[in-house]
Amino acid sequence: MTAAVVVWRLLSFAVAAAFVALWQVVANARLVSPVFLPGPDRAWAALVRGFAGGELWAKLVGTLQHMALGWLLASAVGIVLGTLIGSSRAMRAYVAPTLEFLRPLPASAVIPVAIALFGLTQAMALSVIAFGSIWPLLLATIHGFAAVEPRLYEVARALGLSRTAVIFKIALPSASPDILAGMRLSLTVALILSVVCEMLAGLDGLGHWVLLSARAFRSADLFAGVILLGAIGTLTAQGMAAVERRVLRWRGRGH
Amino acid sequence: MIADRAKPFVLPLVLVTAAEIGARASHLQSDTLAAPSEIAVALLASAVDGSLLVATRDTLLSAFAGLAIGAAIGLAAGLALGLVDTLDRALEITIEAIRPIPSVALLPIALIALGFGYRMEIAIVAFACVWPVLIFTRAAVRDVEPRLSEVARALRLTPWAKATKIVVPAALPRIFVAFRLAAGVALIVAVTVEIAVNPLGLGAAIMTAQQALQPALMLALLVWIGLVGFALNAGLVLAQRRLFGRFAPAEEPR
Repeated sequence: MTAAVVVWRLLSFAVAAAFVALWQVVANARLVSPVFLPGPDRAWAALVRGFAGGELWAKLVGTLQHMALGWLLASAVGIVLGTLIGSSRAMRAYVAPTLEFLRPLPASAVIPVAIALFGLTQAMALSVIAFGSIWPLLLATIHGFAAVEPRLYEVARALGLSRTAVIFKIALPSASPDILAGMRLSLTVALILSVVCEMLAGLDGLGHWVLLSARAFRSADLFAGVILLGAIGTLTAQGMAAVERRVLRWRGRGH
Repeated sequence: MIADRAKPFVLPLVLVTAAEIGARASHLQSDTLAAPSEIAVALLASAVDGSLLVATRDTLLSAFAGLAIGAAIGLAAGLALGLVDTLDRALEITIEAIRPIPSVALLPIALIALGFGYRMEIAIVAFACVWPVLIFTRAAVRDVEPRLSEVARALRLTPWAKATKIVVPAALPRIFVAFRLAAGVALIVAVTVEIAVNPLGLGAAIMTAQQALQPALMLALLVWIGLVGFALNAGLVLAQRRLFGRFAPAEEPR
């Protein structure tokens, strides 16, 4: 990092801090009723209190669990299905249009169906999160397979590679940027659906926490939950971006 | 041999037929599933008695109002950040702190501040729509051909004239892509808010059908929501092709 970048970063943090200070001033002056808007001091105190009592930990872990399980399930199924569909031209012609048709369907619309099937349970949440977050990944994987440089297939034929070898040695590595980008999008979807499912089914997690806090007009606890959800969103996205850079480092050279 | 144009329809037809045969053969009596023919009948019935149209109107009204507000804010902020580098760098941390908050997390805040109804739903949809438009606009403005900026300087255009006469027209195709993505987000968020808490529109209708143990109606609404989403996207893709033709940019990640 050059000096200029560091200075800009610091300035940017200072601006963010100024906004927090402004929030404090607005809250202190009671421009907005404290029932709706606690100051950052009260939100922070609620955050500390919640973690000290262990309650927020449990909610945080609950949400992370829902998100991670659903996302991992979607990733595994999405990559396998995407490989099966993407690696065959016939399958692409027959199946891909149906998937494209289903893509704009709001994933949350399947929640009632999942509730009818599984009740208000963890299985319901898991199925909804996995169903919702599979789309970006599945379509990205299929697209990645469709976009493999045709000459690589010619090379594979010349080398007499088996179909499995073609998939693992040529198609999957070539599709990996698409697959990883799909996984990044899926992560966001998984977080949103985790929160919605927790709200609806009363499952242990931050979604349920923020809704309960709102119903009881405990706005400081509510903001503490929202801040934590924002932190999850930031950290998971950054983590995934770091993984992407790491895994795709080989592409930077020679292409 | 099946003609290429017919191929996309094979799988849906096979699935629907299989579901119909399966339901008839097993004399399906269920609180969760229904035969495709029953679903079609339920869809028609709710279209005829008007409830489907009222729910669709409520959902689309909230989605479009939120989209309009969110896209306007996103467009203005994206233009400002794209044109003024200092502003962009100064606000980077603030924006990156707010953007990752999942829109549904704001639902309880909107609920206590605005109560049930359109306003709360519109506010959340607007929040969700700001980001795709902001990010795309900012990137599109930055990528405007640098020579056009030289032209603006040579012509001594004011910053406002430069923005309206050069930057926006050059960035418009990509901004439209952002708008199309935001429209999809708007529908998704509106339906999600309705399913989670708001007693309005298609989301509330599908929850009610589930709770009333009317699987045919529930699945009919699911199909309908899918059709609305598909029609919205297809309409905007068509508009994009008509308006920008070969200037239409390819789909971009993010």
